[in-house]
Amino acid sequence: MHQSDLISSDIDAYLKAHENKSLLRFITCGSVDDGKSTLIGRLLYESKMIFEDQLTALEQDSKKVGTQGENIDFALLVDGLAAEREQGITIDVAYRFFATEHRKFIVADTPGHEQYTRNMATGASTADLAVLLIDARQGVLTQTKRHAFIASQLGVRHIVLAVNKMDLVDYSEKVFNEIVDDFKTFADQLDIPNLHAIPVSALAGDNVVDGSRYMPWYEGPSLLGYLEGVDVEAEETSLPFRMPVQWVNRPDLDFRGYAGRVAGGIVRPGDDVRVLPSGKQSKIARIVTMDSDLDEGVSGQSVTLTLTDEIDISRGDVIATSETPPEISDQFDTTIIWLSEEPMLPGRSYRMKTSSRLVSATVNAPKHKTDVNTLQKLPAKTLQLNEIGNCTLAVDRPIAFDSYNENRQTGSFILIDRMTNNTVGMGMINFPLRRAANIHWQNLDINKAANAEQKGQSPAVLWFTGLSGSGKSTIANEVQRRLFASGRHSFILDGDNVRHGLNRDLGFTDADRVENIRRVAEVSKLMVDAGLITLVSFISPFRAERDLARNLMEEGEFIEIFVNTPLSVAESRDPKGLYKKARAGNLRNFTGIDSPYEAPENPEIEINTDDMSLEDAAERVINGLIERGIIEA
Amino acid sequence: MHHANLPSSNERFIMSATAQIHLTHLQRLEAEAIHIMREVVSEAQNPVMLYSVGKDSAVMLHLAMKAFYPSKPPFPLLHVDTGWKFKEMISFRDDLVAKLGLELLTHTNPEGLADGVGPFTHGSAVHTDIMKTQGLKQALDKYQFDAAFGGARRDEEKSRAKERIFSFRSAQHQWDPKNQRPELWSIYNVQKHEGESIRVFPLSNWTELDIWQYIHLEQIPIVPLYFAAERPVVERDGTLIMVDDDRMPLKDDEQPILKNVRFRTLGCYPLTGAVESTADTLQAIIQEMLLTRTSERQGRVIDHDQSASMEKKKQEGYF
Ligand SMILES: Nc1nc2c(ncn2[C@@H]2O[C@H](COP(=O)(O)OP(=O)(O)OP(=O)(O)O)[C@@H](O)[C@H]2O)c(=O)[nH]1
Ligand SMILES: [Mg+2]
Repeated sequence: MHQSDLISSDIDAYLKAHENKSLLRFITCGSVDDGKSTLIGRLLYESKMIFEDQLTALEQDSKKVGTQGENIDFALLVDGLAAEREQGITIDVAYRFFATEHRKFIVADTPGHEQYTRNMATGASTADLAVLLIDARQGVLTQTKRHAFIASQLGVRHIVLAVNKMDLVDYSEKVFNEIVDDFKTFADQLDIPNLHAIPVSALAGDNVVDGSRYMPWYEGPSLLGYLEGVDVEAEETSLPFRMPVQWVNRPDLDFRGYAGRVAGGIVRPGDDVRVLPSGKQSKIARIVTMDSDLDEGVSGQSVTLTLTDEIDISRGDVIATSETPPEISDQFDTTIIWLSEEPMLPGRSYRMKTSSRLVSATVNAPKHKTDVNTLQKLPAKTLQLNEIGNCTLAVDRPIAFDSYNENRQTGSFILIDRMTNNTVGMGMINFPLRRAANIHWQNLDINKAANAEQKGQSPAVLWFTGLSGSGKSTIANEVQRRLFASGRHSFILDGDNVRHGLNRDLGFTDADRVENIRRVAEVSKLMVDAGLITLVSFISPFRAERDLARNLMEEGEFIEIFVNTPLSVAESRDPKGLYKKARAGNLRNFTGIDSPYEAPENPEIEINTDDMSLEDAAERVINGLIERGIIEA
Repeated sequence: MHHANLPSSNERFIMSATAQIHLTHLQRLEAEAIHIMREVVSEAQNPVMLYSVGKDSAVMLHLAMKAFYPSKPPFPLLHVDTGWKFKEMISFRDDLVAKLGLELLTHTNPEGLADGVGPFTHGSAVHTDIMKTQGLKQALDKYQFDAAFGGARRDEEKSRAKERIFSFRSAQHQWDPKNQRPELWSIYNVQKHEGESIRVFPLSNWTELDIWQYIHLEQIPIVPLYFAAERPVVERDGTLIMVDDDRMPLKDDEQPILKNVRFRTLGCYPLTGAVESTADTLQAIIQEMLLTRTSERQGRVIDHDQSASMEKKKQEGYF
């Protein structure tokens, strides 16, 4: 029986059927004026979602501000803001709702204008499917590609390419095929598991709800037919169980529950769980809801869990299956879309919010940004509004997470500016940078404090940075001699020496330099754990990497020593003849010549070797250690 | 009232062909609303729930009871009483709040009250502005609430369809529709400056049908005015107005007549049109709603002015 007949004849049966409908969330996107809003208006109109009073208003509005003369301008059904109606464009996302016999739909009509790309991303972040429109007269434009790229980056797995305004190209099959081929050439480089193309006219209604008598050559379903049938069930319930804790529920001393929304998998009473980042283990006791306790909680559901053990859990912790718990890290490789007019500032501290945790984060300069037109990876120092780049990011404490392509909810985050409180960036975690800091951390009885106490000193890293030939190794050597003489335990990691062994596989490209420093930073952290005063003597030209090293250590442990020797002086010394080689073009990527040196902004200690003897330099370092309480006078 | 037998929570999942468990769309909407409420309670300093006594408020309150169970919702309810609400709304409100054991704050604009502002004497626009919009601002300022839940839905109106779930207001309670924060995934940015406040709409993605269906499934109590009954009404400008008390001035040729009517939406009685109806069960109401060809807001006298009127009112601080 048809749905509307069922309403009048058997409302209970209708309600039962309606209750069990599945939900599809989709967006319309594409370049400006491709007809997105018109298409949604048409869908709403034809699925009888427009009431008579709204239709009367629409007819009046169409005459007043519409783009279609005396005819109905369907875009006005969605372009609801005064500014949008005046300018005839979409500025912000409109959410609309309709249902067919099989499905309920939430559609977000997003703006095509480049300036409002962040609003498109807002719509796409919650969508299962994107209808990407193309004006048949224009073909694939930069903005078409940008939206396709963003949608694929955000994990939208289904894209419907709606080639619109077919009425303006004589419903030509050839035009349609050319555009589809063109788009596919581009889309082949993206991760779009399911792509389907439909020729439509949003204005005239061809292939929107019903078929088209002008395009007999197209044999596929209409747009609505396709949306009704497409299988988008993300297999969220088959993911490992996770629930970020939103709120601790303590009505009285006898009840302690953890309220949150299941962000993957299924949970049942008796399941073994791990709480992250602490790593503590327990079992699920109850799944509490107001209706009754549940036998299972599934992905997407808001529940309150109780555990069999009294353990300390607070907002932002993640309760997860102990079989495959999420990873823990404080440094990540991420993809970031920048959403603010103010460019991203590498090194600045932003607030970062993940599913329910607020932390501080510092973003390093992008490894690269992506040209949305060519998908080329370009070098970048920062990200501007609407740019997409690959950045590493460090947070102030370890957090539990999954990679975004495994779990959209535990792998996503936003960045918030501390001054304006605006959401300035959105990001997807690709992988952690410190796999060692995983939850399977062993707690050792003889820890750093014990090691340090045994040696009667506070461990620290003395990080000597400066140009080649600036005198880092010479000063470090003298400092170590003095430490040794006064009975301290220390060790020197020297750039040249480490490159002979541990870092033998690395060259001098930017990427290799970053990895070089990362490894040394990790080794020096181990040495600090061993209770040693560790002297690191590395050019370490990039601020971001030195910050990375600093972030690995505890507050006060990292002492950056800038051996500030002017390039001319270092070059005139040229102890290893390297400057000569570099100047002659026989040595590429040499710091100071054809590779940059980023001087420290706030080093703990600065030494200008130009007007200081070796003894004075060493003396200054030792005094710096005494001032900071690392060693006693 | 008739209710379909409720299956237990676990039977309500849909089992798909692949034997996967999926939530129904109502279960998804419920979970989303609960998630939103818990985020607000965790990050705002002093939240409040705007309770207007209507069906959307009824659903929102029910969801709050669920979100924090077995605790009570950790915020008070606030009703901005214009002094012109249906009598039945007030008695329903007081009974429900007593039964649930919740804290209810009510606020009526004292200056408006002193000046005798009302829809009959001052017209609908002035009345709504002073008693509702200004009254709300006063109450939020008085108690220093920094986050207020509202039951508005995006399907109600064009400018609502554009609004974020977390909608920021300046210290002057203004909404800037052209400069809304991006809202990504279900990660809500609750950071705000001193003096700014947030309106939070947990029912953003619900439709009128969803609301009714949920009321039906969850057996949520609603004000009896939603059900058809014989009530005294007069017809003005094509709208049926119920004579709820003797403050309503009747014209010479006007005589209240008893008609079988009900209300699709509830507000100030002089500004809320009734529809003739025999629907006295939830199923009948839903049936009538699905077959009717006019939107629920048509019954609201204040929305008729102009296309962008709601956007304008919201910029001025209307909820
Ligand atoms: N001839 C013809 N015109 C169309 C069709 N679809 C849309 N238009 C017209 O194209 C213009 C732009 O339509 P909109 O729906 O506002 O475009 P949009 O993609 O939503 O634009 P933005 O949201 O601003 O990016 C309007 O004048 C529409 O009437 C179509 O299929 N055929
Ligand atoms: Mg548009």
